[in-house]
Amino acid sequence: MSPRTRRAIEEGLLPTLAALLVALVAGDLLILSYGQAPGAVWRLMLDGTWGNAYGIGQVLYKATTLAFTGLAVAVGLRAGLFNIGAESQLAAGGFAAALMGLALPPALGPWVAVPLCLAAAAVGGGMVGLVPGLLRARFGAHEVIATIMLNFVVLAFLNWCMASGGLSVPETLHTRAIPHASVPRLASFLEAFHGSAANLVLLVAIATAVATGWFLFRTRQGYELRAVGLQPEAAENAGIRVPRTWLIAMVASGAIAGLGGTNFVLGYKQYFEDGFTGGAGFLGIAVALVGRNHPLGVVLAALFFATLSQGGLAIHALVPKQMVEVLEGVVILAVAMSVPAVRALLRARPRAAAPAAAPVAAEG
Amino acid sequence: MLGVILLQTLRIAVPYLFAASGGVLAERAGIVSLALEGFMLGGAFGATLGAYYSGSAWVGLAAGIGAGLLLGAIHALACVRFGANQIVAGVALNLMVVGLTRFFLRLAFGSSSNSPRVPGFGGEGTAGALATLADPPLWLGLALMVVMALGVLRTRFGLRVRAVGEKPEAAESLGVGVAGVRWTAVVASGGLAALGGCWLALDQHQFTDQMTAGRGFIALAAVIFGRWEPVRAGIACLLFAFAEALQIQVQGTNVIPSQFVTMIPYVLTLVALAGLVGRSTPPAALGRSDG
Repeated sequence: MSPRTRRAIEEGLLPTLAALLVALVAGDLLILSYGQAPGAVWRLMLDGTWGNAYGIGQVLYKATTLAFTGLAVAVGLRAGLFNIGAESQLAAGGFAAALMGLALPPALGPWVAVPLCLAAAAVGGGMVGLVPGLLRARFGAHEVIATIMLNFVVLAFLNWCMASGGLSVPETLHTRAIPHASVPRLASFLEAFHGSAANLVLLVAIATAVATGWFLFRTRQGYELRAVGLQPEAAENAGIRVPRTWLIAMVASGAIAGLGGTNFVLGYKQYFEDGFTGGAGFLGIAVALVGRNHPLGVVLAALFFATLSQGGLAIHALVPKQMVEVLEGVVILAVAMSVPAVRALLRARPRAAAPAAAPVAAEG
Repeated sequence: MLGVILLQTLRIAVPYLFAASGGVLAERAGIVSLALEGFMLGGAFGATLGAYYSGSAWVGLAAGIGAGLLLGAIHALACVRFGANQIVAGVALNLMVVGLTRFFLRLAFGSSSNSPRVPGFGGEGTAGALATLADPPLWLGLALMVVMALGVLRTRFGLRVRAVGEKPEAAESLGVGVAGVRWTAVVASGGLAALGGCWLALDQHQFTDQMTAGRGFIALAAVIFGRWEPVRAGIACLLFAFAEALQIQVQGTNVIPSQFVTMIPYVLTLVALAGLVGRSTPPAALGRSDG
């Protein structure tokens, strides 16, 4: 292992380990404040997630959405852009997939309908990403503010569509079902997963992770994107069109988040429901941060945060499930705080004479 | 009719004014204020706990401000002491406060949605708009904004805040303690935003889950729409509140769907970002973790 790789791994893992320790202590305190034994609660959390096939299925289902939103945020960060809009891009993707499903005649069958719905989801999310991308490329507007503001606008618009747009089934906030565009659940291949929502959109997530890695590290466009993320001025001097790269990054980021909407819409419920995202877009920021903006890291981090969120349901009998929301916040905060500290520590060591660390854009 | 709308506007604007004044202070010192929402929610919960256990709205107010100062200190610890990415820290803090308030709502009151009725200011949440005029926090909020506008940024401390937010290196070389000024600004912004949360909880006489409902982000929108100037930010708060008050009046008449009225602050801010209503330039060192 070259020193450079080793440093990259150390810089990636140490903050996460530190954060896990802090989260463990914070969790213990919360559990004790509720008058329960920490050991029993942590065991229950493990048993309810990785201890049985249903739990594993639920973790995989949640990790699928988080992998998409995490990859979306990571692509933005690699270009030096902070996409806080994954939440609304995810929702818009799901909405577009459902609209496409409703528009297609049921006779087409899943082999035609599913790819078209996936494409619609990517376009839907990409369109929401286009706005902050344009504002940034054209006017230099800060994408953090633009994506936050756009979240509220898009979510309010979707709420209006469902509440009064005539698209929803009366008395509900969801559309008619689109069974002809459904993606099979894992349970239809492996009986053990019965009842869990895990479905083959999982494979789309893995393919997206691989494609993102290939794009970022093996294509010219991806190289330019990372160069812009590291040093926009230097990239500009090297002849890279920086605004255009920002635009591409934001649209790609939005499209990836949008694809995530199909996990719920095509794989789980076969309809779009207002509010289905439930914070998965915001958690994508945590996933990208802990995953160090690397596709492999993002997938692992998605599994971690999915375990936490499913684990919350498992422990609810003993301790309120809201405990995991606190822990999620604690993990993110602790990682954000220890990343600069760990880097400083590693660089202060004599071995720091080794070549510069692997470039990681806009690390947090 | 118009009088009612104007009174409603004032009443809706108070939490925005508090949070936005906190936002202006922190952002002018160079620290991104995504955590306003969390500060407000923490303040609302602290105020409810304080008022519930002491039986006094004033103790509640103090407890709420205390909660905000504490959250501000956590934000400062992360952003100033540890140089964490300020956007990540803000997002994390918001998430953490939502979880903490829900967890302790269960622990203290055995509920997942709201606290019992606690002492507060003024009458029932929806009582006559005129009664609002008798609420001390209303005048406190307006006075604070005026003080912020005319005073703080022009005092010695205010000058330092601005120097630290624009050119930390220059400020440092002149002997200004950058970290100290930023700590003070961020902790104070936590307390100020929490005041807005206190007002919400004590006005409604209870805490409800996620009762701030994005108000911290509206306040942030007002800061940006107001180009980081206290007076302009205050006017933006009043403008956004006026749109909301108008919406309450036309609810039911179906003139404009309420969702579109909700969008107004956000759309206006997007328009402002695009530079269509004059350039919106943030403090030069905003968001930089070095310096």
